Amino acid sequence: MIIDHLIAAPILIPLFAGAIMLIVDGKRRYFQATIGAISAAALVVVAVMLVVKANVPAGHESSVGVYLLGDWPARFGIVLVLDRLSAMMVLLTAILGFAVLIFSLARCHGVGAHFHPLFQFQLVGLNGAFLTGDLFNLFVFFEVLLAASYGLLLHGSGSARVRAGLHYIAINLAASSLFLIGVSLIYSVTGSLNMADVAGKIPLLAVQDRVLLEAGAAVLGMAFLVKAGMWPLGLWVQKTYAAATPPVAAMFSIMTKVGVYAVLRLWLLMFGEQAGELAGFGNEWLFFGGMATILFGVTGVLASQDLARLAGACVLVSSGILLTSIGIGQAGVTGGALFYLVSSTLSIGAFFLLIELVERGREAGADVLAVTMEAFGGTEDEILDETEDVGFAIPATLAILGSSFVACALLIAGLPPLSGFVAKFALLTSLMNPSGLGGGGTMDVAGWLFFFLVIFSGLAALVAMTRAGIRSFWLSLDREVPRIGVIEMAPVAALLFFCIVLTVQAGPAMRYMQAAARSLHMPQDYITGVLSASHVKGQRGGGAP
Amino acid sequence: MEPVIAIAIGVLSSSGIWLLLRPRTFEVIIGLSLIAYAVNLFIFAMGRLKMGAEPILESDAVANPALFADPLPQGLVLTAIVIGFAMTALFLVVMLATRGFTGTDHVDGREEE
Repeated sequence: MIIDHLIAAPILIPLFAGAIMLIVDGKRRYFQATIGAISAAALVVVAVMLVVKANVPAGHESSVGVYLLGDWPARFGIVLVLDRLSAMMVLLTAILGFAVLIFSLARCHGVGAHFHPLFQFQLVGLNGAFLTGDLFNLFVFFEVLLAASYGLLLHGSGSARVRAGLHYIAINLAASSLFLIGVSLIYSVTGSLNMADVAGKIPLLAVQDRVLLEAGAAVLGMAFLVKAGMWPLGLWVQKTYAAATPPVAAMFSIMTKVGVYAVLRLWLLMFGEQAGELAGFGNEWLFFGGMATILFGVTGVLASQDLARLAGACVLVSSGILLTSIGIGQAGVTGGALFYLVSSTLSIGAFFLLIELVERGREAGADVLAVTMEAFGGTEDEILDETEDVGFAIPATLAILGSSFVACALLIAGLPPLSGFVAKFALLTSLMNPSGLGGGGTMDVAGWLFFFLVIFSGLAALVAMTRAGIRSFWLSLDREVPRIGVIEMAPVAALLFFCIVLTVQAGPAMRYMQAAARSLHMPQDYITGVLSASHVKGQRGGGAP
Repeated sequence: MEPVIAIAIGVLSSSGIWLLLRPRTFEVIIGLSLIAYAVNLFIFAMGRLKMGAEPILESDAVANPALFADPLPQGLVLTAIVIGFAMTALFLVVMLATRGFTGTDHVDGREEE
C-alpha cells in the first residue's frame, strides 16, 4: 500500500523539510543543512524506487502509475502521473539536487539567508512539474519553482545578481501570463484541464474549435519555450546563469530542461499521431527554432570570454538540440534525445560547480587579460618564463581540477569515450535511419542540416573548452593554488561519475529511454491509464457516494 | 456584454505590453500588473459569460448545466490572483534593491548615454 503513496513523496518530502526549516530559527544553519541533506538523500532513494516501479517490462499491464489526490476521479480531481519519463526526470533532479546541496555546504549557503528552505521549495516545484498530470497544477508548480528560483538567484546579493534578477523575474512573470492564457484557451475548447482528458478530446473537436485550440497551444508553447530558452525567447539565459552563485547555476541547469520536458510531454500527448488533423502541430517551429537556438548557442560558446557565460551558452546549445529532436517527431530520435538530456544536464551541472573551484584564487578580470594577450600575442616570452619558474611540480589539487575539466569538456563536446558521445551517437543514428537500423529510409535536407549543426556544436564546444582550459590552467600569470575542500570536490566527482556510469551502463539506460520515447509517441496507454485510474473507495467495494 | 469584456481585456493588455517595454522599473511593474488583470479577466471569460447564474449546482434540482455558471475558471482566477499578487510583491522588492544598488530606476541599472 505504501508503495502507492510513493508517487507523492518527491513533492511531500522537500515540502515538509522546507517547512520545518522555516519554523526553526534561520540562524541555526547546520540544523537546516542536516535536514536538507536528509531530504535530498531520501529523494534519491525514492526516485530510484520510482524508476524501478515505472520500468515495467513490455507487454505487462499499463506502465502508468496514477495517484489521485484526495481520491477524486481523474477527470475532476488533480492527478499525479508516473511514467518512465517523469520517473527519469525526478531521479535526475534528485541526483543533481543532492550533489548541489552537498557542494553548497562548503561556503555558499552561508552568504545569505534562507538558502536551504528555498532550495527545498525549488525541489518541490521541479518534482511537482515532472509528476503532475494536470495543466493548471503544472502552472502552480512552475510558479513554485520560479518563486524559489528568484530567491536562489538573488542569494548572495550584489549588484550584478539583483540586476540580472530583475530581468529574469520580469521575463518569467510575462511568460506566466502567457501560460495562463494558453491554459484557459485550451480549457474553453476542451472543457478539461487534465492532460490525458484534453488529449483524448482533441480528435473529437469540431472544425471551428480547432483554431482556438491551436492558438491556445501555441501561446502555451511560447511560455514553455521561454523557459527552455529557445531563440529568440532565451536571451535571458546566459546573463542570468552567469550572475547566479555557482551551486544555484548548477541547479538551474535543470530549469531549462523543465521547459523542454513540458513541451515533450504536452506536444506528444496532444499532437501525437492519434490527434487526426492536428497531428504534428507546431513541429516545424520546434525544429527550426531549435536549430536557431543551436546556432545562437554555438556563437555564444565561441564568443564567451569567461567560463560562466560559456556554460550558459552550453545550456542553450543543449536546449536547442533537444527542441529540434522533439520537432523531428520520431520515437528513435526522441529516445536518443532523452539520453542526451540526462547526460548534458549532469555534465553542465558539474561544469557550473567546477567553474567556481577553478576561478577561485584567480584575480577578477584575468580572463579578459588572457583574451587580450591572445589577440595581441605580445607577452608570450614572459609567459614561458613563468611556466619554467613553476615547472617543478604540479600540485594534486590542480591535477584533479584539470582532469575534471577535461571530463566536462569531453562530455559537453560529445567526444568518446564518455556519455556525451553515446548520446549524440544514438541521436544521429536514429536520425539517419528513420525506420530502424538497416531498415532503409533516407534523411532529408533538414535532417542533414541538423546533423551538421550537432557535429558543429560539438566542435565549437571543444574549441571553446580547450581555449578556456589553457587560459585557466596554463596561462594564468600569478596563479595561487586554490584551497578546495573534499566536500566541494566530491559532488563534482559524483556528477561526473554518474556520467561514467551512464556510459558503462549505456545498454540498459538506452533501452529504458527508448521505451520511454515509444510510450510518449503512443500516448493511448497514458490516456486510458489516467482516465481509468480506480480510486481507493471503489477498490474496497463500498464506494457508493 | 462580450464586446465590452473583449475591449476591456484588449485595452488592459495593450497598455500593459506598452508599459512593460518602457525603460523605467515603475512602468514595468505597472505594466505587469495590467497584464495580470487582463489575463484574469480572460480566464474568467473562458468559462463563458453568463448573467445572474450561480456557479453551484443544487443537489435536489434537476441538473441542467446550461443554467449555471462554470465554477472552475472562477477558482482558477482566484489562484492566479493570489500567485500574481505574491509575485508582484516580490518583484517590487527586487526593484527597490536594484534602485539601492545602482542609484537609478532604469531597468538595465544604468542610464542610457
